[in-house]
Amino acid sequence: MADEPLVLGFETSCDETGVGLVRGRTLLSDALATSVAEHERFGGVVPEIASRAHLEAMVPTVHRALAEAGVSASDVDAVAVTAGPGLTGALLVGLAAAKAYALALDKPLYGVNHLAAHVAVDELQHGRLAEPSLALLVSGGHSSLLLVPDLAREVQSLGRTIDDAAGEAFDKVARVLGLPFPGGPPIDRAAREGDPAAIGFPRGLTGPRDAPYDFSFSGLKTAVARWVEARQRAGEPVPVADVAASFQEAVADVLTAKAVRACRDHGVDHLVLGGGVAANSRLRALAEERCAAAGIVLRVPSPRLCTDNGAMVAALGSRLVGAGVAPSAPDVGADSSLPIDVVTR
Amino acid sequence: MPAGRRHQVGVGDLAVPGDRGHVAVDHRAERATLFRGQLPSGPGLTWAVVLVLALDTATPTLVAGLARWSPDGAAEVLADRATPSGNRHAELLTVAVTEVLRDAGLALGDVEAVVTGLGPGPFTGLRVGVVTAAAIGDARGLPVVGVCSLDAVGSGARTVVTDARRKEVYWAAYAADGSRTGGPGVARPEELAVAGPVVGDARFAERLGVEVAPAEVTTAGLVRAAAPQLADPSSAGPLVPLYLRRPDAVPPTSFKPVTTA
Ligand SMILES: [Zn+2]
Repeated sequence: MADEPLVLGFETSCDETGVGLVRGRTLLSDALATSVAEHERFGGVVPEIASRAHLEAMVPTVHRALAEAGVSASDVDAVAVTAGPGLTGALLVGLAAAKAYALALDKPLYGVNHLAAHVAVDELQHGRLAEPSLALLVSGGHSSLLLVPDLAREVQSLGRTIDDAAGEAFDKVARVLGLPFPGGPPIDRAAREGDPAAIGFPRGLTGPRDAPYDFSFSGLKTAVARWVEARQRAGEPVPVADVAASFQEAVADVLTAKAVRACRDHGVDHLVLGGGVAANSRLRALAEERCAAAGIVLRVPSPRLCTDNGAMVAALGSRLVGAGVAPSAPDVGADSSLPIDVVTR
Repeated sequence: MPAGRRHQVGVGDLAVPGDRGHVAVDHRAERATLFRGQLPSGPGLTWAVVLVLALDTATPTLVAGLARWSPDGAAEVLADRATPSGNRHAELLTVAVTEVLRDAGLALGDVEAVVTGLGPGPFTGLRVGVVTAAAIGDARGLPVVGVCSLDAVGSGARTVVTDARRKEVYWAAYAADGSRTGGPGVARPEELAVAGPVVGDARFAERLGVEVAPAEVTTAGLVRAAAPQLADPSSAGPLVPLYLRRPDAVPPTSFKPVTTA
């Protein structure tokens, strides 16, 4: 619909420079530049390298987004940008760019929460979100279980990782197994040939007295490393496929069990997955299986929209414009640890 | 007449050796097209005057200003703001731009070129100014000119020092005619051989062993440093910050075992 707002979204919380355009709930473009290859030899994202890459990529990525959408900058009705959480230096490049475009185009600016944007992106594929919904967001930077009574105004944190993000555990286990960075896709591939029940890796924070919705992946990561090192010391070959499958099973088991339990406890029958780890095939399959058994409607965006991108920020911006939420103040800043209950800064 | 602070930068201040300050006459039409500048009303003057927005976030003081620049070497600062914003550049830069426009009674639509300091300076803050200039220029179809921020501190023969953190300074040296003769570089103050007067961050006086006259980046200095590129925008280089240091990142040589063998 041509009378729906055209929103330009910026995302630079980690190593992806994302610029997307959304009209209403229609995805028009999703331009992405990534510095992932530059981080590979470091085994993790180096903030300064990511920030430099964001600056270089910013204007060309805006041009690609506009060209793909077939609109010009002057058509834009509102600008949205990730204001946190994320890497400070990286966030600031996107925030400053978005503020400058908003100023130069004389349009309102919305500094938004990255996690809420991961939820909003699903509206581009599956229509208006049921409210309340539960959201399980898992990536290299975050692992969170959210209750979403009103995506534009009220998002609550039910639980999150107390140590590593799930994606970090994938990266570290991939390193132990000699697989490339980022670890998610190669572990997923290797696991297809392996037995998920071969090794009984620990399920963190699943004891009766543990926080029911929090996660811990540090112990799992260490257990995998110990297991592999013991093999190596004994001079035995490491069954990479079995280790990958068993590790992935432990992660998927804990994530889906806690998400389904949170749905039951809160009487919510819609679950949204998001974040880069939501692209993992075993997590998706197990979530489908368990949600079906529990009568929960599962919504998972396509893998491209699960990972960080500008369209998700535009999608949330569009939702905010539609809900009549006030734009951010001109002196809005970034907050690397922006709490989830702050949807708009 | 626009409100706000005004001061003049003399013709001599703008002359940079080797620059193209006095551009051949046949470039005038091209420049006028590039800048869509108004022609001043004075008799005999045919140069295009350009309204320049100048920004710098290379130091803890955020600089935003507006100046009328003309290729005959004169630059008139219409408004400028120096905000001690520390690490809040991203929060306050667009606010400062709005304020200087208001001070000068102008709109962003009146601006014809953007000048930005490229550092050297602390990376996170530095990028805020550069990306803001690039985005404003892109959104409004304006040329954006980057200059070494140290060129915009003080004038004449001098060595400029600013805080590079980690007990080091960013520095550059200039001859009497304003041309840069050394730097930009990064060094420990104790190891920097300075000649002539030193200006910039006075907190380094003791470690340099010389007096440092306090001086900061100014709008007039930015426009002066940008003069050659404003005269010939085709000579403007890419907007690449002067980082001078590599990212602090060391690839792990091997994965550290979690078990001690
Ligand atoms: Zn994310």
